[in-house]
Amino acid sequence: MNNLLTVAPSPHVHSNDSTQKIMYRVVYAMVPLLAWSVFVFGLDALRVTLIAVVASLAFEYLIQKYLLKVKPTVTDGSALITGILLSFNVPSNLPWWIIVIGALAAIGIAKLSFGGLGSNVFNPALVGRVFLLISFPVQMTSWPVNAQSGIDAVTAATPLGIMKEGGSMSEILNSLPSISDMLIGNTGGSLGEISAVLIILGGLYMLWKKVITWHIPVAVLGTVAAIAAIMWLINPEVYVNPIYHLLTGGLMLGAVFMATDMVTSPMTPKGQIIFGVGIGLITISIRMFGAYPEGISFAILIMNAFTPLINNYVKPKRFGGK
Amino acid sequence: MLKTFKLGGVHPPENKLSADKKIENLPLPKTVFIPVAQHIGAPATPIVKRGDEVKTGQIIAKSSSFVSTNIHSSVSGKVKKVDVSADSSGYSKQGIFIDVAGDEWLEEIDRTEELVKEFNLDGSEIVKKIQDAGIVGLGGATFPTHVKLVPPKGMKAEVLLLNGVECEPYLTSDHRLMLEKADEILVGVQILMKAMNVEKAVIGIENNKPDAIQLLTEKAKNYNGVSVVALKVQYPQGGEKQLINAVTGKEVPSGALPIAVGAVVSNVGTAFAVYEAIQKNKPLFERVVTVTGKGVSKPSNFKVRVGTATSELVEAAGGLPENTGKVISGGPMMGRAIASLDVPVTKGTSGILLMQKEESERGEVLNCIRCGRCVSVCPMGLEPYLLMTLGEKHIFDRAEDERVMDCIECGSCSYTCPSHRPLLDYIRYGKGKVGQIIRSRKK
Amino acid sequence: MSIILYTIATLAIIGASAAVILYFVAQKFKVFEDPRIDEVEESLPSANCGGCGYAGCRAFAEACVKASDLGDLNCPVGGAETMESVASILGLEAVKKAPRVAFIRCNGTCDHRPKTNSFDGASTCAISASIYSGETGCEYGCLGYGDCVASCEFDAIDLREGMGVPLILDDKCVACGACVEACPKNLIELRKMYPKGRKVVVACRNEAKGGVARKSCEVACIGCGKCEKVCNFDAITIENNLAFIDSDKCKLCRKCVSVCPTHAIIEVGFPPRKVKEEDKESSTAK
Repeated sequence: MNNLLTVAPSPHVHSNDSTQKIMYRVVYAMVPLLAWSVFVFGLDALRVTLIAVVASLAFEYLIQKYLLKVKPTVTDGSALITGILLSFNVPSNLPWWIIVIGALAAIGIAKLSFGGLGSNVFNPALVGRVFLLISFPVQMTSWPVNAQSGIDAVTAATPLGIMKEGGSMSEILNSLPSISDMLIGNTGGSLGEISAVLIILGGLYMLWKKVITWHIPVAVLGTVAAIAAIMWLINPEVYVNPIYHLLTGGLMLGAVFMATDMVTSPMTPKGQIIFGVGIGLITISIRMFGAYPEGISFAILIMNAFTPLINNYVKPKRFGGK
Repeated sequence: MLKTFKLGGVHPPENKLSADKKIENLPLPKTVFIPVAQHIGAPATPIVKRGDEVKTGQIIAKSSSFVSTNIHSSVSGKVKKVDVSADSSGYSKQGIFIDVAGDEWLEEIDRTEELVKEFNLDGSEIVKKIQDAGIVGLGGATFPTHVKLVPPKGMKAEVLLLNGVECEPYLTSDHRLMLEKADEILVGVQILMKAMNVEKAVIGIENNKPDAIQLLTEKAKNYNGVSVVALKVQYPQGGEKQLINAVTGKEVPSGALPIAVGAVVSNVGTAFAVYEAIQKNKPLFERVVTVTGKGVSKPSNFKVRVGTATSELVEAAGGLPENTGKVISGGPMMGRAIASLDVPVTKGTSGILLMQKEESERGEVLNCIRCGRCVSVCPMGLEPYLLMTLGEKHIFDRAEDERVMDCIECGSCSYTCPSHRPLLDYIRYGKGKVGQIIRSRKK
Repeated sequence: MSIILYTIATLAIIGASAAVILYFVAQKFKVFEDPRIDEVEESLPSANCGGCGYAGCRAFAEACVKASDLGDLNCPVGGAETMESVASILGLEAVKKAPRVAFIRCNGTCDHRPKTNSFDGASTCAISASIYSGETGCEYGCLGYGDCVASCEFDAIDLREGMGVPLILDDKCVACGACVEACPKNLIELRKMYPKGRKVVVACRNEAKGGVARKSCEVACIGCGKCEKVCNFDAITIENNLAFIDSDKCKLCRKCVSVCPTHAIIEVGFPPRKVKEEDKESSTAK
């Protein structure tokens, strides 16, 4: 039997790429962020990440094997990414059982009930985060103190929270951390959102390895920056400098790691730009005119729902015109 | 900046293992099986029967319609029988079995090696002679050349493009032909230019063949209207529409022929066959075939008589390697894996690739992760993930709207898909079904 | 308090106006439908399989009501019983049609038909057949990937993974014809159904010359013609090196089974015969 020739339709060669490799490249891009979060928030950050990852993998395995009765796909790396991204979106002092519930929402509801990898409409990690935000608003917004800042307190506000709190512009600017602090990551917030520099580095790594393209992050950040700049120019007393918008509220984390999730974003470059602009518009609207201090999670989820529509109407350039 | 086509494309490893191996004549086999359908169009009708003696170059099957062509015997000997035998797809097709005896050629064929530059036939005489000689596109599509040279009413050719690209990995037959028969090819180009009444011909060669580019550029100076263009190494640079886009910048409209943008594309091997037909009265019955593969002990380029069994070529290249998984007729991207070494070499066989077992197995098929790579590599701007789903679910009217018929089956999508999805399998299936629907609509 | 009253009043007014508007619109745009269509549809099995040739049970019901006689109309799923009730609703004659059952005319299971290559493409019959003749030397035979199984809405086909050829389960088959359409090799035939599930069938579709056919499969039909000669009922015809038994003419006498040299003709549903020489196990029956 082994001496039989194999026949198959062409092509007979395949590139070295595989789904698993792509997923693990995303994980590598997130490792510096994880390391920095441990440095800033201490071992609590590691605890949160480990619980999120283990819970995600466990739920995927158990649900697939015993409920859906299909072959478990835990080794493909997607549940690992969901776990890490979920942990990046929560404060490091979150109780363990809330994290587990978040993982269940992310994997069980957002991913597997829609049909597993490739069939989910919404970003699983974001669904988990928003589920937790709405169900446990207190725990999800009690931010721990940055271990480096030396402030003598247990919880502190995030920069975006400070901006939303109000007061005069000079008061706000005084309470906000410096721009360099926000770039490097010496601020409060969830695990993954604090260091803009490391997020950008992770993004550049993924660009280099062709895991993502530039269209979505640039469209999201560009739209937010543009509208924030316009509002700031109109009334600098009420609206903060666009730099603060870009560096706070998980916008960079969302634009680079969450919005670019390939399953839930459009397939064509033009569609991706539309997608990114939509996210930017919704984010800045929620931030400026809405009740929540941050809007990127909701914005991404809302635009995820539009992705199939965008895919349907935005076609790639056809060879031969029309 | 090298010229190239604008949309999509992939970069499979080149593996041109036999690029420096001179063309050798493969020793004559003992029997041949010459299929009567080696071309696009209606199969030829046999005109010999069991027991007939034939000479090399003698016509043994006649063209049965306009889009069809003659088949000539590649050997001399006696016709054993006119019967069916399995072709590369495994289906039985009709052909002529000949027991080889000696190698007596038809008298009118000039077997000397001297270059003959002059020709004084007019356009229609050239086309007739090409038709009689059974010349088809040797790039692999095997479209009857005489049909291509006669444009439909109202359309005129502006430029002749020569496909010396050979973008498929492993294959080197065109490369060697350009190096060893450069002048003959150029004369063939001039003959084709006369047949089509064009003033301009451009030979496109991929940049991984610098020796051929240099040689042909040098020699083309002696031939009016012929120039050479080096093209970026990218698959499928040699696809007809992609080549036209790279060289002229124009895009052939969907559903139209290249003549619609004034271009006619021909393979350099076809140009050489045209030279031999017009200048040496030699019909098409042999061609250069590359035999290659990572485990092959003697990768080679053989001049093979049509009808020779694949096993003969494999033997001459050092025998079938121990761990061979697939035997592919053609290149690894668009070639056809054959089930038996008895399958004969035909006019369209450009190479035999012996692929090792490790490379021959497809990866496990996973869910589509909607990464969009297939969309970005498709040279025709299609959406392979969508066409596969439509094919799976039998939604053929939508598949037609999504331009499934534009697919050139280059394989870039399946090559790239990280989830190893059999995209091209389903797209081909969809094309077949939509083609049927379109044909039944026309009736 | 007044807020609650206002709310109740507003909603009540909206509800009432909506009801009135809907009533008038329903009257204006009412489509008259023969009430018998609903009655007939009730009596149908509601499988919506398309076996009758119409797009679903409702379309079939409409066709029945329009028809002046039920000669061309038959619901294979419901069978004679259903057509009787349809006939009585419409006051027409029910035409008795012999029940049919599907059969896959190939017995080239893995033990009879050796593999000559290994197919590594997308495993559906349609895709495999469009490019390759199959994994064996027989280019007419069953590919075994189960497009027929997937097309059957009545779970009447068992894929029999590993055996190479699926099996149609007579008790579940309603002869809707979906599998006949699905098979790219045209192997499946709708044959007359005999009592006790009996059949005598040429389980082969190989049209190649006898020697070639036999080489690729032990139980191939070689077109020798012995069966045609021995049949007293003119049920067997030989065309293109292949025998075919017309199920409407066959009387199940089984003379052809005993003369077939390759056991391409099989008998199903009969008690085992007492035969002197060793009879090769070629039946696909349980």
